Amino acid sequence: MGYFVQQLINGLTLGAIYGLIAIGYTMVYGIIGMINFAHGEIYMIGAFVALITFLVLGMWGVTYVPVALLIVLLSAMIFTAAYGWTVERVAYRPLRHSFRLAPLISAIGMSIFLQNYVQLLQGARVKALPPVVQGGFTLLQDSGFTVHVSYLQIFIVLLTTALMAGFTIVIGATPLGRAQRACEQDMTMAALLGINVDRTISATFVMGAALAAVAGVMVTLYYGVIDFFIGFLAGVKAFTAAVLGGIGSLPGAMLGGLLIGLIEAMWSAYFSVEYKDVSVFVILVLVLIFRPTGLLGRPDVEKV
Amino acid sequence: MALAALPPPRRLDGGHLIKDAALAALVALVLAIPLVGFQAVEVNAALTIRTRFDWMAIGVAAVFAGRLLLRVAQALRPVRTGEARARWLPTVDRRRSALLAWLGIAVAIALPFLPFSSRYVVDLATLTAIYVMLGWGLNVVVGLAGLLDLGYVAFYAVGAYSFALFAQWFHLSFWECLPIAGLLAASFGIALGFPVLRLRGDYLAIVTLGFGEIVRIILLNWVPVTNGPAGIGDIPRPSFFGLPFAARAPPGTTSFHDFFHLSFNPDHRVIFLYYAILALALAINLFTLRLRKLPIGRAWEALREDEVACRALGINPTTVKLSAFAIGAMIGGLAGPFFAAKQAFISPESFSFMESAMILAIVVLGGMGSQLGIVLAAVVLVGLQELRGFAEFRMLIFGAAMVGIMVWRPRGLLARREPSLRLHGERGSAA
Repeated sequence: MGYFVQQLINGLTLGAIYGLIAIGYTMVYGIIGMINFAHGEIYMIGAFVALITFLVLGMWGVTYVPVALLIVLLSAMIFTAAYGWTVERVAYRPLRHSFRLAPLISAIGMSIFLQNYVQLLQGARVKALPPVVQGGFTLLQDSGFTVHVSYLQIFIVLLTTALMAGFTIVIGATPLGRAQRACEQDMTMAALLGINVDRTISATFVMGAALAAVAGVMVTLYYGVIDFFIGFLAGVKAFTAAVLGGIGSLPGAMLGGLLIGLIEAMWSAYFSVEYKDVSVFVILVLVLIFRPTGLLGRPDVEKV
Repeated sequence: MALAALPPPRRLDGGHLIKDAALAALVALVLAIPLVGFQAVEVNAALTIRTRFDWMAIGVAAVFAGRLLLRVAQALRPVRTGEARARWLPTVDRRRSALLAWLGIAVAIALPFLPFSSRYVVDLATLTAIYVMLGWGLNVVVGLAGLLDLGYVAFYAVGAYSFALFAQWFHLSFWECLPIAGLLAASFGIALGFPVLRLRGDYLAIVTLGFGEIVRIILLNWVPVTNGPAGIGDIPRPSFFGLPFAARAPPGTTSFHDFFHLSFNPDHRVIFLYYAILALALAINLFTLRLRKLPIGRAWEALREDEVACRALGINPTTVKLSAFAIGAMIGGLAGPFFAAKQAFISPESFSFMESAMILAIVVLGGMGSQLGIVLAAVVLVGLQELRGFAEFRMLIFGAAMVGIMVWRPRGLLARREPSLRLHGERGSAA
């Protein structure tokens, strides 16, 4: 029982991180109908910006944890959002009216480029950051197994909840959110009604990248080790989460993220750690076969 | 459509240009600050920061200058539209490309006997031929049928491992394993394609990506069969119709050099393997070219252009896609044993996502659908891989090139894309 609860907590934390990345996929898919393969790399860049900001702050002597954390979050969000904006501007916008495969291939190219860009600039070695947020408390103790909750896990779950709430408000109740929803339904009509479609799409990429950056900060804090390749698997898993929740649906992305996190934690705990990544892919294929619209998605109507 | 799509200013408006370039430089500065300006380096097992503001300044200045030059060039160049633009792109017409193809084949056949050729050159040519074959295989899937397969390397791995394992466990020879490898890879393609090909194209990309990873993870972790990360060594070499290439033939057989009364030369084996892959690749090329003229090949291309219209015309998209997927997988599977035989050692490391990306880069750079373009792209990419001091930048350049090709020349460097079928002979193309 204790073991199960512990896995539940670990899975929720992991799921919160996947959920934040999944939102970027689902928003971009919703608005321009493409899979942004480079999104995993955006998250990886977020993690690297976080690591570097931590180190710079350490050098400058900012050691009070809440302040440092706030600065790191802001810096990661701003710089990563700039990367998200640039990727859209350089690799996707010129292709908006190209043939069907063009943006996908461009996205793959971007993903390969960013991976190698970071590898060349920051080195291929795994970077390890000493734990920043330490401590925690014992939730319960039964039959010799202690269920431990760290402050960091609470921080991750709370921050994700807060961001989700803020995000729902932005999408549901601001002019920008309305413009985004309008573009999602019909881009041409939205443009005719005076919505700046390009700017709305850019904003979508910026928002997705900022959320992915938060996920990157969390991963840097939670695992303490990052390398240039982390974006690949995390990207695929977050995409699976978006599909599982129903692509295009924001609550779906979060729900999918949580489920993927839980499944991964449980699979590692009860089956085999080596095949934990396989479990996610198997889920992806099963969902696509049996319920391609996902848990909360609407059926995809193909327009001619 | 914002900056890029605005018609370029007719006159050189200095202030406007400078402002535009300064904006680009500002963006570059923001991008460069965290990742270029600072580097996390490990000193005495602890991470510290090293600054590289000089690099940053160079990068930002380069972006400023580059953007300025680009805009000036755009402003000076006469505005081209439609027909004129198409003519400006160097195109290769049918006759010239046929000539180029025959010339290429002649060079490929003569290669081992050219004066500068050595064992290294032939080895490299074999590798290039393997990539050409993989490129042609993926081209059936991506270029003809328009399905983005990001896990193509999985079929290549299936082919290579099936040869290695069948040779190890059942002592089958290379030539017995080759068809098995092709068939196994094709079955994998069908098994994977069947459930996912009914879905939208984009999903296929990510599912195949996942599939490629699954195959690699299984190869890594299923140690009793695949020997895990240590890989499989001592893979037997192919024989010349039953005549082994060995200094001393095993009892009961005659070795190649004895049979032909030549003196023993270890290069014979390398050259033979090269010719074998060359012959198979050319056969595959012929096969694909013929397929394109059959109803199934036409259905692939039609499906790539418009799925809804195809469905309305009574084409079953799932089976048509499945056939393309299976044939592509089979070609990848056939290339696998050659790689295994060439290296005599395989491990999961050789079948990572980067390999899939490299094959995709070959197809994209060559111009999707162009057989000749793929050969050129494979030669260039394998050549780049071999250049010393360049290897680190290889994937960076591939990635940037894939984006650049999509933005500027979506139909590949050769910019030639002929429909396989015309309505009114050659003139019909103008319509």
